[in-house]
Amino acid sequence: MPKRGKFMIFLGYAAGVGKTYAMLEAAQRLRLQGNDVVVGYFEPHDRPGTTALMEGLTLVPRVVREYRGRRFEEMDTEAILARRPALCVVDELAHTNAPGSPRAKRWQDVEQLLDQGIDVLTTLNIQHLESLNDQVWAISHVRVRETVPDWVVSQASEVLMVDLTPRALLHRLERGVVYPPEKAARALEHFFRESTLGGLRELALRQAAHVTESRQELVAAVKSPAANDRILIHISADPSAAMLIRRGKRVADHLHAQCFAVYISAPSDQFASTAAVEKHLAFARNLQIDTRTIAGDDAAATLVEFARQHRITQIFLARPGRGGAAKLVNRIVRLAHDMQVTIVAQRGPRTG
Amino acid sequence: MRGRLKIFLGYGSGVGKSYRMLDEGRRRRERGEDVVVGAVQPQTQGAALDALSHLEVIPMLRQGDVTRMDVDAIVSRNPGFCLVDGMAYDNPPGSRWAHRWEEIEYLLERGIAVIASVNLQFIEERQDEVERITGRRSAQTIPARLLLEADEIEVVDAPPTPGATNPAQRERLSALREVALLLAADVVDRQLETYLRVHGIEARWGTQERILVCVTPYTDTEAMIQSGRRNADRFRGELIVAHVYQRPLPADSQAQFEAILRRASEAGAEVARLQADDFVDAILPFAHSRGVTQIFVGHSIHLRWWQRARRSSLERLINGASDMDVRVFPH
Repeated sequence: MPKRGKFMIFLGYAAGVGKTYAMLEAAQRLRLQGNDVVVGYFEPHDRPGTTALMEGLTLVPRVVREYRGRRFEEMDTEAILARRPALCVVDELAHTNAPGSPRAKRWQDVEQLLDQGIDVLTTLNIQHLESLNDQVWAISHVRVRETVPDWVVSQASEVLMVDLTPRALLHRLERGVVYPPEKAARALEHFFRESTLGGLRELALRQAAHVTESRQELVAAVKSPAANDRILIHISADPSAAMLIRRGKRVADHLHAQCFAVYISAPSDQFASTAAVEKHLAFARNLQIDTRTIAGDDAAATLVEFARQHRITQIFLARPGRGGAAKLVNRIVRLAHDMQVTIVAQRGPRTG
Repeated sequence: MRGRLKIFLGYGSGVGKSYRMLDEGRRRRERGEDVVVGAVQPQTQGAALDALSHLEVIPMLRQGDVTRMDVDAIVSRNPGFCLVDGMAYDNPPGSRWAHRWEEIEYLLERGIAVIASVNLQFIEERQDEVERITGRRSAQTIPARLLLEADEIEVVDAPPTPGATNPAQRERLSALREVALLLAADVVDRQLETYLRVHGIEARWGTQERILVCVTPYTDTEAMIQSGRRNADRFRGELIVAHVYQRPLPADSQAQFEAILRRASEAGAEVARLQADDFVDAILPFAHSRGVTQIFVGHSIHLRWWQRARRSSLERLINGASDMDVRVFPH
């Protein structure tokens, strides 16, 4: 196996802050230092300044995929692997590939390149980070569908903040630098409000700081193992489980805690909601959470027993709806009297 | 009308602050705006020097081997924008203003917009942190309020590689970088709060984690505050400890409890004292008004009311705090 490639992310908080520009500038510097640099994927958006920065960089042609009579142009990962550059530029890490592509997500293509020892420069907007999905929804009223798991981002050797003040970004938008006029007008009415941009910008700054900090802490943690937090997330068929999983994992990541997710299946409702539960378990696994399904008639007792066996310090529960769920929370709190129990917030846009 | 202030914040020399500032000046000038350069640093080179060559410079005054801005010349030239590189310089003794940042304030008062740059190392209130990381303090500093009161601040980020030859040096630069990013996040948070308030938008987005630890003499107060501190540190958030006063305690218990609260306040927590007949009625409005994202309560809240009330306090708290995580602690 070749030595794994290094990975640098240019992090922004909205389209137009200059992520692609900053990435191409870095690529040009590296090329001039004599590195073999190719561009695997680049989204020009018809911004002249950015396109000019492509000069002298080798562009690996995209592959065309057809799906239901439509043509999609995707990054040709196989061609890049065959070409074996030292460094590859990949715009928009959160992109979802067209159906029928070898890998569903571009971040999986990037993983492939890194595995083969190719360094990667890439771009990402903060709203695509999985663990912030609910907060981003609350701030922007947009439920972002294309997300990147946090562990992918944590692997980066650097996460660089590409900053621009919201005011400057709004001017760019008004001058037509970011989008063509009709799209710009729509954007200004929705996503591109000063408050929304400010909120996302703050999230991005904190995330960039967090990645820097974890890197230093990991070094320190090897020397002195800190208090061992162990977190358990209780999974159900309820749609709120996704929010619960994201939050539990985010807290676990900040505390450097080990993270489990458990679904207690009652023998009586063997066939109920299996698809939803499976979806939630798969989602948790995708975030690198250790998942289990345990049979048990008494969900509260089974969950707490599992927690004791696994020396869990903190149990994460969804906010109860009506009736049964509230009782379950009450019972778990009573049974798990020697642990912390967290009932997770309902994050999202305010209604009414 | 007071001029607008925009600051480019970097975490070390060589990250490209001066370039970004001068480049913005050049682009504004190309768009027809009236821009002059009031102060440059002597070591300006490369791309920054190139940007500078496209700009009108008001020559600096020389006094021995120190230079200072020619404030009078700038004011009489009365440009739309004045670029000031290196906010933290001190002027030679006997100057009208001791510090360059005071000159900036004067320009702002005269209605001139200023675009300036500064390094984290030169922020007065961050000297302890900087010293912990680098072992050095700066003799010349600017007050942090300039950043907080600036109309805009922009972070200039770069990998901690240029110039970092050994791992220890790299580590130091990473640590400085983190402090700079968090400082910028705090400034953005303040600005956002002001914006939302001015526009009458009621929103709590939890961009900054705020942990509220609710203590009574019946909770394991010490452990809860410790955990709150740790969680707040890990999230780089704020810690608030609220004591809900319900009924008088024996003198020695009261003294013990007070000592714990005092230690919390010494450890950087804000300590609030709430008075109410009902715990939940006291905590909820306070938590909402402070934009709390996580509430820590003791198990006792549950057990004490569990049998007595039709709906337990915990249930009421969970229902009322729907936009916060509620964490129940062992007793």
